[in-house]
Amino acid sequence: MSDAVAGKDGDFSIADGQNLKQRLRKATSRARWQAVFMVAPLGVFVLLTFILPIAQMLFRSVDDPVVSDALPQTVVALESWTDRSELPEEAVYAALAADLKFLRAGGADGEGKSLIGRLATRLNFDTSGVRSTITKTARKVKKIEAPFKEAFIKADKKWGQPDIWASIDRLGGAVNSTQFLAALDLRQDVNGDIVSQPEVRQIYVTLWLRTLWISLLVTVICVALAYPVSYLLATLPLRISNLLIICVLLPFWTSLLVRTTSWIVVLGQNGVLLEALHLIGLVGEGADRPQLIYNMTGTIVAMTHILLPFMVLPLYSVMKGISPSYMRAARSLGANPTLAFVRVYLPQTVPGLGAGCILVFILAIGYYITPALVGGQDGQLISNFIAYHMQRSLNWGLAAALGTMLLAGVMALYWLYDKIVGINNMKLG
Amino acid sequence: MKNWMKGTLLASGLALGFAGAASASELTIVSWGGAYTKSQVKAYHEPYTAMTGTKIKSEDYSGGLAEVKAQVEAGNVSWDLVDVELSDAIRGCDEGILETIDHSILPAAPDGTPASEDFIEGTLHECAVGLIVWSTVYAYDTTKFSGDQPSTIGDFFDTAKFPGKRGLRKGPKPNLEFALIADGVAAADVYDVLATPEGVDRAFAKLDTIKDSAIWWEAGAQPPQMLADGEVVMSTAYNGRIFNAVATENKPFEIVWDGQVWDLDLWVIPKGAPNKDEAMKFAAFSSDTQRLADQASWISYGPVRKSSTALIGKHAEAGIDMAPHMPTAPENFGNALQNDFEFWADHQDELNERFNAWLAQ
Repeated sequence: MSDAVAGKDGDFSIADGQNLKQRLRKATSRARWQAVFMVAPLGVFVLLTFILPIAQMLFRSVDDPVVSDALPQTVVALESWTDRSELPEEAVYAALAADLKFLRAGGADGEGKSLIGRLATRLNFDTSGVRSTITKTARKVKKIEAPFKEAFIKADKKWGQPDIWASIDRLGGAVNSTQFLAALDLRQDVNGDIVSQPEVRQIYVTLWLRTLWISLLVTVICVALAYPVSYLLATLPLRISNLLIICVLLPFWTSLLVRTTSWIVVLGQNGVLLEALHLIGLVGEGADRPQLIYNMTGTIVAMTHILLPFMVLPLYSVMKGISPSYMRAARSLGANPTLAFVRVYLPQTVPGLGAGCILVFILAIGYYITPALVGGQDGQLISNFIAYHMQRSLNWGLAAALGTMLLAGVMALYWLYDKIVGINNMKLG
Repeated sequence: MKNWMKGTLLASGLALGFAGAASASELTIVSWGGAYTKSQVKAYHEPYTAMTGTKIKSEDYSGGLAEVKAQVEAGNVSWDLVDVELSDAIRGCDEGILETIDHSILPAAPDGTPASEDFIEGTLHECAVGLIVWSTVYAYDTTKFSGDQPSTIGDFFDTAKFPGKRGLRKGPKPNLEFALIADGVAAADVYDVLATPEGVDRAFAKLDTIKDSAIWWEAGAQPPQMLADGEVVMSTAYNGRIFNAVATENKPFEIVWDGQVWDLDLWVIPKGAPNKDEAMKFAAFSSDTQRLADQASWISYGPVRKSSTALIGKHAEAGIDMAPHMPTAPENFGNALQNDFEFWADHQDELNERFNAWLAQ
């Protein structure tokens, strides 16, 4: 074909060393490079502000070099510690003394003292109460001399218990999984076996289940509320439905914080709702009033309200495209209203339903501000604890482990959704 | 690997457009907001700007070292001076994310007493300069009880005698201390008892008695609001916040000082602060005798300099005599407990976990 064109056209020929295919490739490759060049700023932006920070944060869940950086000799010496019912031998104590002395003198980069602080913090996350053991011992380490074992135990009696040694041994690997165990209420005991945390400290499994339960519940309530509303919007005359759509969009455009705090006004002990119910004699005064906010009820109500538009809009856009003649046809063929709805109408709304559900569920599972403000004690979700470990306890490793698991969970659900409903079957509006 | 991580943090920090380095004659000073920041602006910032011409940008935060740590690790520090609690000052210093402060730059008291002796013991640290003594107390709404009024920390836990919801800080500190004092432990023994597993059980058992009546707060501005809304009849709170609600908004609240747990606020300078030298000068200026006394006329937190106490006057707006409202006033200080930094540094992770698990039960 190209030969034929070239033959007719006098401007170029195969003889000048270039055939048409090559020239075409050259031309399209220039266009392609131009395209790459034009999206490059966006690509770099996403890479720098989104992908790298997230990858770096997730990596923190396993990257844990503090102990191996601070106590390299001790970590190596501890490899010989096999009988965990006994204390480690003298050589281990000597190695620890050498490590601490080196750090007190400035360490490898002059930052030895701050490394001691980070070491103490890290070990304390693992074994409560050893922070002061490390800092105190480090302050006195110049005076510690052989026999080291007695000297250390004299400096702080915790050196005479296997727990702190097991902790150093566990965290001695620059990459370890202790944070993931902690995120599931598990820990390694002195012998390295995986056991449950003591019952009074178990919290994350409950939180995972609660997060999942609240997200599911909010999704189901959203479907129940949004389906009739969307149907109404899709079937009313345009003039009225446009007005009603604005009623859906107006809260959607309002700030999340404003909407959450208005629920505090509505549901509070002396809030609008309970005062109104009191006026008509349905609830009493003070302690007799039901608690509607600062608990799980508050979280569920506020989250449902905030996420509702994410369900209404995809449903509406799908329902808008369903011709009423299908239902009329089903009815005229003898189906009763219920059967016609189940067999004809409902299946056609599945793309919108699926999109709405996955949007609401994924947003709900990572919800943070609303539970933080109205959740009280039993309405907190896993994201509130990620924030807690980022901002308060500064245990970024555990926050990263929780975050990684949340991300993996969402991806798994997304995969499951794809298998069951099919991603291509989703219509976002 | 670590350098790679630092690099990406740095790059992303730059790309996100963290506030760039401020110009030389500008300081970014970070504090807790509300009435407290206002007291600092009036007593420290405005006189300092008038004296030196240095502009001061005041920012609010809600405590903790997370932001300082993130800024220092990214190598992009935009804060010059931060008002922190004692536990954060010491922890930040241990982890090397704060500048060390040379105490010789601090001015002497008007009578010539050197700063090192003028500051109350324990208020100057390697990386921090003390400012005020603040206290966690509980306060109640006087309109809610007709007969007896609550007067001891035990009454806070007595829902039979004083029915109604209680506001408590959402965290173990200082609820466990309050619980033990209310349960009969002497203030001086609280941390010894709390260091044993039985002591922790005892504190949680005491908290169990009011768990059903408890509403939890997180920000210092919440308790006066919750009291004003009638959401709770009594609440633990920072004493200055309650004082301001009473003094400037005429709220019917009363502070119960029995069993108060006091703590310090201090200036710290993040490592690599853009205007480190200026920040040092400001820290020295703002912690001099007169400035600390001036602050006490805006909020009822006690100055950490002994020489400031005599200079405390009346509230700048409400005209109330401030001295009796200080946590350190003798009639308030009878059964007082200092928050033990070392104890909390050692046990906060475990006790936080246990507290959260207890909450979720």
